[in-house]
Amino acid sequence: MMSLRSLKHVLRGATAVALSFYSGMAFADSAPGAEADTRPELIKRGEYLFRAADCAACHVAPKGGSLTGGRPFVLPFGTIFAVNITPDKQTGIGNYTDSEWLKMLREGVGRGGKHLYPVMPYTAYTLLSDADALAIKAYLFSVKPENVPAPQNKLYFPFNQRWSMIFWNWLNNPNKRFQPDPAQSEQWNRGAYLTEALGHCSQCHTPRTITYGLSSKAYAGAVQVGWRAYNLTSDKQHGLGGWTDEQLTSYLSTGKASGKGAASGPMAEAVEHGLRYMTQADIAAMVTYLRSLPPIAEGPVAQVMSPQADHALSDVARRGQGLFAQACAGCHLSDGRGRQSEWAALAGAHSVSDPAADNLVQVLRSGTALETGQGRVFMPGFSKAYTEEELAAIASYVLAHFGNTQTDIKPSAFKN
Amino acid sequence: MKRKNLPTSRRALLGAALSGGGGFLLSAFLPGLPLLKASQAQDTATGVVFMPNAFIRITPLGAVTLIMRYAEMGQGIYTGISMLLAEELGVKLDQVSVEAAPADPAYVDSVAGEEETGGSSSTRDSWIPLREAGAAARMMLVAAAAQIWGVAESACQARDGRVFHPGSERSLSYGELAEAATHQPVPAKVSLKPASDFTLIGTSPRRLDTKAKTNGSAQFGIDAQIPGMKIGRIMACPVKGGHLTGYNRAAALAVPGVVDVVTLPDAIAVIGEHMWAAMKGMEAAFPQWDYGPNATTSTDDIIARMKKASEQSGVVAVKNGNAQEALKQAHERIDAVYELPFLAHAPLEPINTTLHIRPDGADVWVGTQVPGRARQEVADATGLRPENIAVHNHLIGGGFGRRLDSNSIGQAARFAKQVSYPVKLIWTREEDMTQDQFRPYYYDRISAGLTKDGAISGWHHRTTGSSVTARWYPEGMQKGLDPDAVEGAAQTPYGMPDQLVEFVRDEPDAVTTLWWRGVGPTHNVFVVESMIDELAHQSGQDPLALRKKLAAHQPRALKVLNEVEKQSGWGKALPPGHGMGIALHYSFQTWSATVLEVAVEKNGSIRLVQVHSAVDCGPIVFPDGIVAQIQGGLIFGLTMALYNEITLKDGRVEQTNFHNYRMMRLNEAPDIQVHLVPDPEAEIGGIGEVGTVAAAPALANALFAATGKRLRRIPFAKQLGGEKA
Amino acid sequence: MRFDLKVNNVLREVDVPPDMPVLWVLRDILGLTGTKYGCGVAQCGACTVHLDGQPVRACLLTVAAAAGHDILTIEAIEHTETGAKVQQAWLDEEVIQCGYCQSGQIMAATALLQQIPQPTDADIDEAMAGNICRCGTYVRIRKAIHKAASHEA
Repeated sequence: MMSLRSLKHVLRGATAVALSFYSGMAFADSAPGAEADTRPELIKRGEYLFRAADCAACHVAPKGGSLTGGRPFVLPFGTIFAVNITPDKQTGIGNYTDSEWLKMLREGVGRGGKHLYPVMPYTAYTLLSDADALAIKAYLFSVKPENVPAPQNKLYFPFNQRWSMIFWNWLNNPNKRFQPDPAQSEQWNRGAYLTEALGHCSQCHTPRTITYGLSSKAYAGAVQVGWRAYNLTSDKQHGLGGWTDEQLTSYLSTGKASGKGAASGPMAEAVEHGLRYMTQADIAAMVTYLRSLPPIAEGPVAQVMSPQADHALSDVARRGQGLFAQACAGCHLSDGRGRQSEWAALAGAHSVSDPAADNLVQVLRSGTALETGQGRVFMPGFSKAYTEEELAAIASYVLAHFGNTQTDIKPSAFKN
Repeated sequence: MKRKNLPTSRRALLGAALSGGGGFLLSAFLPGLPLLKASQAQDTATGVVFMPNAFIRITPLGAVTLIMRYAEMGQGIYTGISMLLAEELGVKLDQVSVEAAPADPAYVDSVAGEEETGGSSSTRDSWIPLREAGAAARMMLVAAAAQIWGVAESACQARDGRVFHPGSERSLSYGELAEAATHQPVPAKVSLKPASDFTLIGTSPRRLDTKAKTNGSAQFGIDAQIPGMKIGRIMACPVKGGHLTGYNRAAALAVPGVVDVVTLPDAIAVIGEHMWAAMKGMEAAFPQWDYGPNATTSTDDIIARMKKASEQSGVVAVKNGNAQEALKQAHERIDAVYELPFLAHAPLEPINTTLHIRPDGADVWVGTQVPGRARQEVADATGLRPENIAVHNHLIGGGFGRRLDSNSIGQAARFAKQVSYPVKLIWTREEDMTQDQFRPYYYDRISAGLTKDGAISGWHHRTTGSSVTARWYPEGMQKGLDPDAVEGAAQTPYGMPDQLVEFVRDEPDAVTTLWWRGVGPTHNVFVVESMIDELAHQSGQDPLALRKKLAAHQPRALKVLNEVEKQSGWGKALPPGHGMGIALHYSFQTWSATVLEVAVEKNGSIRLVQVHSAVDCGPIVFPDGIVAQIQGGLIFGLTMALYNEITLKDGRVEQTNFHNYRMMRLNEAPDIQVHLVPDPEAEIGGIGEVGTVAAAPALANALFAATGKRLRRIPFAKQLGGEKA
Repeated sequence: MRFDLKVNNVLREVDVPPDMPVLWVLRDILGLTGTKYGCGVAQCGACTVHLDGQPVRACLLTVAAAAGHDILTIEAIEHTETGAKVQQAWLDEEVIQCGYCQSGQIMAATALLQQIPQPTDADIDEAMAGNICRCGTYVRIRKAIHKAASHEA
């Protein structure tokens, strides 16, 4: 298991890397409009890294297809829209030089000195090597430019003042490159780089501080944009300590794990756009790294489904049972195994024994989708035709029946 | 749907032959085969086939085929119509097979004025003419036998597919008589059996269409399989009035199994070897649209305009006495607005059409309520002459009015004429839901007054909405009045000396409207019966007693009211949270009174406890068929009343599938008891839509009884949430 | 891709995309049109078939997931003892109206009775609530299931 020290080591990086950043700039810089690097092997590697960095999850247009952005992120301080990352010169990234690109990706400072907001995970990408960052750029410059301006962000004061990010960055962005820990295996270090720098897993799974920076409770789980990112530490009850390697590998590469349920919401997007493209070696490296995260006993505990749970159903959950049979059992079956596929299995999923029911509320309300090797799996949202009371009843039943968690979810949880 | 009130040309039916000549089209109900020419039909039959009219065919081997001019979409009409024909023809139902009629003027319903299944009219319009058609055929068979035996026709009897001469104990089967019967003249006059002699009518035989529906062999339109057929998925512009601006042709064609992409100005079809290829191909094609003038329209805009329109007076449908004055004089009055949403039909079988369009003719395999219109649509789309277009009508997986429109068949033809092979074009559920032609939104203002002693003093009902008649059947408009829009409002069961009923037409630009099960009455009876209930409660009268008082001049109304009162135990003590509601109506020449018991929990959950419905549809042909239609019609109407509305945002329909356009399920369906109280002397009534009409008012009135909340807007379920209550 | 599908006890080789739902393989490749398309999102149950005896929604069951398993469709349900009883009960009670959903209803009811030979009303609610009937034949479906169960005894 990894020590807390070595995690810090990775995150802090070393000054030596900063040097390579500047030297990198010296040879990589190019004037606007200069030819992009079009070496096919570089573009191919860039595409892989682009997947590993999960860029598409945020930047793909809401209606699908292109990387023209436009997806809104509703955050405590306002609404931010993902930008166009096709190489269009007016609305995309077509004018970025290599040095501007690196500054944007790792320091959160865009062309012309415009500060990015930390929805863009540059505090993770800051760990990227020059070579990897520029390979991603090379890939993006190989896609078809599309002229699609991003909608205007809607932020409240003082967050609408981009200069305020200078202070935030000073507080929250280490601006350091990844530094391998010589005490750890090569696989572990690869896993750490994939998890921390590219996968930016901490951005969702680590609780945030009051200034929206990452807290010291690495991977203890957090709620982001209404979804709970679960505890990934090696704690046996709250985290991944009870998962087998096989389950973890399956979950990361396919979005489901036998007896552990399926990924939904943003995690499904991470699998769809990123993780499922990764090599088995890289997935194994991530598993190795995740296994080493020091345990933190926080957040909901995944419960085992109990056949006895139905005897104690509340009136609310009892109502949910009938509704579940109507609208849900077609896919999910009441035995927890799923009907059409393992992606529909509910037993063992963290989300069905989380009494706060964040993710349950989200999927019932808005649905979820995941592209898999066996085609697209999806669940539609149900809020249009079902009342808040009914959705709450379904959630209460699901928690009790599949998660052995007796709690009545309040209808107000489904208010918009 | 429409009653043209033409004189029923019974004589025409007796000898009616197909326009193509005397030959019969043996393959007319064999999907998968191109239509055989009449001459070939003759060749394939051994010997001479007896075809006394367009509805009956008897081969020398004794096969009796009855040709169905109505579409079977669940209402049991194949069975009901066969009973009418078979009763007089003298055959047992297990001796006949049925076949869908081709599109041909011989099958025009003379009351409707075209080939049409709708308006709960099939049995009504066939009650006499098709029995006469059966009787005429029987008389020809009897005449043939009498001639062979040299005995008087009156000495012969016909039953069970044979003609008997009891005097000589001889008999001949209809098959043996087929050839001889063709030489007999069509009788000029036929007399029908008295009801006391019926052996089939009034009984409940096994339905003729159901066996095939238990083993997957029944052929719905979507099941058509034609050699060389490809399968396509259609997507039309999500906003009415928009058009296609582009799509990724290369990406669509790159999907394995995709064979073609064809377009219309406002729609695109991807055609593949199978539906999955077509669906994936459509995803890849990623059509782009110019949404046109309705791109920002929402239901709120439509309603706001309707509300404004409803402030002006409309075309007067009924004016008795002086409603305004009576309202002024009233001891107390209620002024209310009732609103009914746009509704999708959502039959379980989505829209589909299979076509093979050739330079010289076309075959169309489809389930339609209007085969003649279907044929004309294809003719208009292709330039082919109607007589060169064969419409092979199929079983329909739920109609409810949807298949009364044939625009989707025209659309399919415009796609299909761009390819040389037969193609089955299917609307996905999402397409079916969002591109439906919806039941109109109605915005009804109604005011009614009460005298001191609880009588009605003034009744003013102004309904505002789209006119389906004006689009679908413009000849049916009566000087700006849409009779459908006020059906059930203009004539109520009640005595109303001072009554004013008006119609204000307001057409939404972003929505096309169409008939929906129960048509005018489903709309107006909800408003009228809710208002009667409001008046009863306002004046402290029992709602059922008030109805009896107001309908005292209608003996059949009193009969169904008394029956349902007795059967439901009206007035008995109910558990807390329970309530009973009643609705009375006279629609499609049928009287019905329905009592529904509901239970409402504190959290707003609604449980339908029990329904009793008393029905008098005049003479009864197929009792169990009637019970089934009332049960199903009530479930259909209760589903709507609880859950259904179609809404628009940015010009698009927001409901896409059953997760957001909700259907009642088995575990919430109440037990429904139907009590038949027939009147053999009365004119025969329709039945397919009667249950649906009663559902919303009975439920609204029951919910009021249970909760004290008057719900004047459909759907109800979301209005009774616990937190909001 | 090639898949070996065992449909109604007959081995059928099909060459289709791996994500193709069994519904379309049955209808468009194998010509078994008794299994119906209703919604495509497992909300209506019209496409219900048995996969190793379990009722599943063929509209979302991919051919890749179904390969190697026993698929039973409405066309062959009469060859199972329970299925034949259900079909008969459906006729005796005159359940059917338009019939489009009834393949799925009969498949769901047969699976229920195979697992619970004497189902209670609650069992029927649980097993049949996922199958939509737009004609509203629910009252008779319940009756017919009880009737088929009484034949089981």
